[in-house]
Amino acid sequence: MKKLLVFTKKEFYHIFRDKKTLLILFGMPIIQILLFGFAITNEINNANISIYDKSKDFQSQKLINKILATNYFKLHSYLSSDSEIEETFKTGEVKQVIVIEPNFTENLNKEGSANIHIISDATDPNTGTTLINYTSSIIRIFTNELNNVAMPDFIIDNQMEMRYNKSLKGVYLFVPGLITVILMLVSAMMTSISLTREKENGNMELLLASPMKPIIIIISKVIPYLLIAYIDAILILIMGKFIFGVPIVGSLLLLLLECALFIMMALSLGIFISTKAKTQQVALMVSLVGLMLPTILLSGFIFPIENMPLPLQVVARINPSSWFIIIVKDIMLKGAGLELLWQETLVLIGMTVGFILLSIKNFKIRL
Amino acid sequence: MSSILIKDIEKSYSDCRSLEPVNIEVNEGEIFGLIGPDGAGKTTLIRILTSLLIPDAGEAYVMGLDVVKEYKKVRQIIGYMPGKFALYTDLSIKENLDLFAGIFDTTIEENYHLIAPIYSQIEPFKDRLAGNLSGGMKQKLALSCALIHKPEVLFLDEPTTGVDPVSRKEFWDMLRDLKKYGITIFVSTPYMDEAKRCDRIALIQEGKILGVATPKEIEDKFNKELYAIKADDMHLLITHLRNYENTHSAYPFGESCHFAPKGKFDIEHLTNYLKEKCEKEFEIAKISPGIEDSFIELMVKEDE
Amino acid sequence: MNNNYVIEAENLTKTFGNFTAVDSISFNVKKGEIFGFLGANGAGKTTAMKMLTGLLSPSSGKATVVGYDVFSQSEQIKKRIGYMSQKFSLYEDLTLYENIRFFAGIYGLSNSQIKEKANELIHRFQLEDLRKTLVGELPLGWKQKIAFSIAVIHSPSIVFLDEPTGGVDPITRRQFWEMIYETAHRGVTVFVTTHYMDEAEYCDRISMMVDGRIEALDSPTGLKKRYETDNMDEVFLKIARAK
Repeated sequence: MKKLLVFTKKEFYHIFRDKKTLLILFGMPIIQILLFGFAITNEINNANISIYDKSKDFQSQKLINKILATNYFKLHSYLSSDSEIEETFKTGEVKQVIVIEPNFTENLNKEGSANIHIISDATDPNTGTTLINYTSSIIRIFTNELNNVAMPDFIIDNQMEMRYNKSLKGVYLFVPGLITVILMLVSAMMTSISLTREKENGNMELLLASPMKPIIIIISKVIPYLLIAYIDAILILIMGKFIFGVPIVGSLLLLLLECALFIMMALSLGIFISTKAKTQQVALMVSLVGLMLPTILLSGFIFPIENMPLPLQVVARINPSSWFIIIVKDIMLKGAGLELLWQETLVLIGMTVGFILLSIKNFKIRL
Repeated sequence: MSSILIKDIEKSYSDCRSLEPVNIEVNEGEIFGLIGPDGAGKTTLIRILTSLLIPDAGEAYVMGLDVVKEYKKVRQIIGYMPGKFALYTDLSIKENLDLFAGIFDTTIEENYHLIAPIYSQIEPFKDRLAGNLSGGMKQKLALSCALIHKPEVLFLDEPTTGVDPVSRKEFWDMLRDLKKYGITIFVSTPYMDEAKRCDRIALIQEGKILGVATPKEIEDKFNKELYAIKADDMHLLITHLRNYENTHSAYPFGESCHFAPKGKFDIEHLTNYLKEKCEKEFEIAKISPGIEDSFIELMVKEDE
Repeated sequence: MNNNYVIEAENLTKTFGNFTAVDSISFNVKKGEIFGFLGANGAGKTTAMKMLTGLLSPSSGKATVVGYDVFSQSEQIKKRIGYMSQKFSLYEDLTLYENIRFFAGIYGLSNSQIKEKANELIHRFQLEDLRKTLVGELPLGWKQKIAFSIAVIHSPSIVFLDEPTGGVDPITRRQFWEMIYETAHRGVTVFVTTHYMDEAEYCDRISMMVDGRIEALDSPTGLKKRYETDNMDEVFLKIARAK
């Protein structure tokens, strides 16, 4: 027990005496959440649009007000001729032009239908599509209001997901994804590098020739990274809640427990990598390519799994991060409890046990 | 009971033979030197004895314990200083020492008397990080950490490599001082002159043991007469001697050339030969062979 | 600048912050000399060598190597010197021939010259069978000898050797020094550091550095006379202990 304490203290020294490591462990989560939250968003706010209102009557005005009332759009200019449409797009200052046909109100009243022409600048197809979606949905609401149809419980809120937009954009999704990435980074990558470093520096040779039990060496490395990963997770949750208003609808306790489980899984994965890697470089490469990239790209964090080609879908399903993201998302955003998440939890438990067993089997007690 | 017993130990790496059957017995309290150049197999042998490598054949015992089967017990009673500095460079001197004391369930105070002559030299710098120490200080720290638990057998793998002659001498003085505690010391080195400071030595070259004996006995293995010849131009002298008919061997040794005759030595004949070759001033003196002379001789015999 | 001197150093100094690694050393090395550069670890030898080979800029003082200034013309120097150290000599995962070709290429030899020199080298050591062998598989002794030949393949005026015989067996060590003798005989200056005191005897002149300064510079015979002893080990001890 005393040996464990002595070694754990040493591990903390290693971490806190290395400025670069400290930057990664504490600086990265903070920087990343700020980046993802503020800068990188798939939503579009304050997109410049021009409006060519050929009717300039009561209903057209009402529609225009409704469109401009949202944060999505900012009025750039009113156009007054067809030729101006092409010119305005060419300046690049405007992303969308809305053309309202003449006699808008009259057409609605008399024939019950009217036309609106939405032209989006699709040089960036994502933006173009998104803006058309926004405009269409606003128009739909407008139409419903005209028909006095009861609104379904759907609020166009700046921050919640678009109803028919499967890829779930917005900072609400970034927080669960970010937690997953950071935990994977700290627990798996840093641990594997730390263990491999001892091998590379020759420290391991000396430790093996002593009565030190390998299990103590491993646990002493695990404890600091466990604590730091936890602190990072809590940091992200706090920042998510107080800076971006991301709620935790479900049980906080369950969330923290599942985080602990994922951390354990990632730690055991990191240890397993270190038993195989001979140098820090190899450990780093394997962690980056084998863990971080799949976590960012193949876990449903940014790109929905359902949209991926089949082979990648398979990879995504094996990826522990995918399972964890579901758990965090569902607890935070949907308030799901263990009764709904027992499958995913079981998968993570299974993976953890598996990696621990593999690590024990592969840990070399000799050179 | 011998403190180290090596029976027919063999080790190969992929297709290269690292150790041919090695047989060595080391007595308790001895300073035993494993003398040989790089690549001879010294590190491999030491790693087998410290239970870090499994031999392909043979058995080895440290204080009666089988290094393969009873490795856990072996690791309790040995001290080890690997060839490459293996302590933590981002921990201070004192932190490193405390760590190793902790590993062996002891404290610095408990065995301080043992390491005092060594540790006291670096103690003033105890808060300096190990990475910022000079080579000589690193050596002393590594030795202190290896001794902190009063091991029964101490293994040192090339502890003086790359170190200047003064520090080397000091290190060996420290080792000899440790003898009074009865610790067996097994040390490897490429420096032939250090062989003289051991009680017994084994010469090793390309995985083969060329001889196990006291330094004096090894010197005696050189069974020819030996002469030291000095001249102004060493290089030229060697060339002449190599062309001489009665030369068994001629090697430069610092300021003189060590010459061994093939058959009966005729000093007049040699003198005339050298004079003929325009050697102006030269001295010929009989000397007794040293370890290096024997090593070279044994190496050559082995090649033949 | 005296054409007989391959190295001329005057008050050459290097400081790192508060620490003075090389403290105003002055010395000359003659053409064709075997010059031994000795000193304890941490005495400043490596730093001094790095300045002379153009790898480190001096803090003050000046020095010229093969006529070029170490501060402003280091690139010229690098082209005209050979260098070999114990720590790195050849690439282990390239074959013998590939190594020769690589380093000869770095030294600016043309393709035909490379071929010629390579064949010469291989023939001299009788290594025809090992042409395509990975250097990593050669015994250490061979590696060092080949590395030395490669270091002089471009016929430099001076070759710097940093502990070239460390850990090598006694026979190879001597063969190595025979190569050094032959090289010096051909007029190439040899600047060598070593921890083997018997090798110090093979040098024409030796300098001893202690704490950044040159404490002694003379032939081995001269030093032994001055310090009243008959071997270099004692000389070294006396000089180092005197501080």
